[in-house]
Amino acid sequence: MPLPHQPTRTAAHPAIIRVLHWVWVYAIGCMVFSGWEIYNASPSLPFSFPRWTGLGGWLGGALAWHFSAMWLLTLSGIIYLAYGSASGHFRRDLGIPTPRAVVRDLWSALTFRLGHRIGRYNAVQRLLYLGVIGALVLQVVTGLAVWKPVQFGALVSLLGGYPLARNLHLTIMFLIVAFAIVHVVLVAIFPRTLVSMIVGVPAEPGGRA
Amino acid sequence: MNGLRRLAAVKFKDIQPELRQLQRRGFLRNALSLGGLALLTGCDLSTNSGVDAALRSVLRFDDKVQAALFSGKRLAQTYPPNAVTRPFRFNAFYPEWQVRGIPDGWRLEVAGSVSEKTPWTIAALRTLPQVEQITRHICIEGWSQIGRWSGVPLRAFLQRVGADLRAPFVSFRCFDGYSTSIDIASALHPQTILALDFDGQPLAPEWGAPVRLRIPTKLGFKSAKNLQAIEVTRTFPGGFWENQGYNWYSGV
Repeated sequence: MPLPHQPTRTAAHPAIIRVLHWVWVYAIGCMVFSGWEIYNASPSLPFSFPRWTGLGGWLGGALAWHFSAMWLLTLSGIIYLAYGSASGHFRRDLGIPTPRAVVRDLWSALTFRLGHRIGRYNAVQRLLYLGVIGALVLQVVTGLAVWKPVQFGALVSLLGGYPLARNLHLTIMFLIVAFAIVHVVLVAIFPRTLVSMIVGVPAEPGGRA
Repeated sequence: MNGLRRLAAVKFKDIQPELRQLQRRGFLRNALSLGGLALLTGCDLSTNSGVDAALRSVLRFDDKVQAALFSGKRLAQTYPPNAVTRPFRFNAFYPEWQVRGIPDGWRLEVAGSVSEKTPWTIAALRTLPQVEQITRHICIEGWSQIGRWSGVPLRAFLQRVGADLRAPFVSFRCFDGYSTSIDIASALHPQTILALDFDGQPLAPEWGAPVRLRIPTKLGFKSAKNLQAIEVTRTFPGGFWENQGYNWYSGV
């Protein structure tokens, strides 16, 4: 007999989301660290990434990783966007928050009064998740521009030319890494969320409708 | 401008790690840095060669995707004369002081699936139709610069020597020890030229004298300088960087 407040019909994160999440950890990790190695070959700004953080060993190796992991990232991204639209995941869980709700939840979070319920996203979480999804889509778009500046010439013009497109690609990488850092810190504060992203656990009370 | 020599040269120490890599075969086996190992936790080191093979097979798949994306009609953006980058950056697999002059008695050799194999002098090449382009040269390292080149469309040259245009590869061998190769579709692109002039002057040795390939639809390392021989072939020719693991197609 199911106990009250323990809905068993849906997991907080369906299996497809959990699988995609860990695919992204790997794919984005490969893209970021090989990207640092590629950047280091000819830095466009007055800094380099520490050599030991690079993936690939040298420019050719890093490019091989970057141009391999890009398929994993793009394909898993397409699967996610299709699933999110078709299943109602976007509509149900990731509605665009009102600025008012973001300010309210951010204030609660900063004063350590914002609770966390697995399977339900507060306004700040929704803003961050929507932001990183948008950043990843833009990263694929700017990546296409830098990879194929002649074949996608119109896209490069739209982005302000090749050198700017390259720096945009770098800037968006920083935004994605900043998200990952905040994300991991929050998971460290709420370790239960890590469990819920590995095994199927029910949404918590007051969670998913 | 005296800044040219100072700014242009790639310093020996810049390419030293690459030169060291040249001495190793199967470099991708060395491709796993700490970052790579961290991401591959669970794989023991004996699987490195498997990772290697996987990366190489994805690169071959990437070649096919790139060939499919390529259009012989789509042109690289061209720029006005005032957009030309000055000073222009020197780049090679060796430092600028090792640039070689034109060998005595130099002729451009033509080999492989062509009906007319007589070597060419520069004067003979100048009798062929000439085109000029101001295009962006994009290095695999990410930097780019805009230059002005003119010379013979490679398509016109290949037709003139009676090349078999069904052969899939065109290979370029240089007298400085460099080599590269491209697909026939890219070779026939209207902006692919055998450049004789750079910025309105006959090519100087550091810019590839007496004739270089200029192909704005590929990454910079495909625009081979100091040409010695062109071969139209059915056998995959590889190239200096390609054999070490740079993606062969390398289209932009």
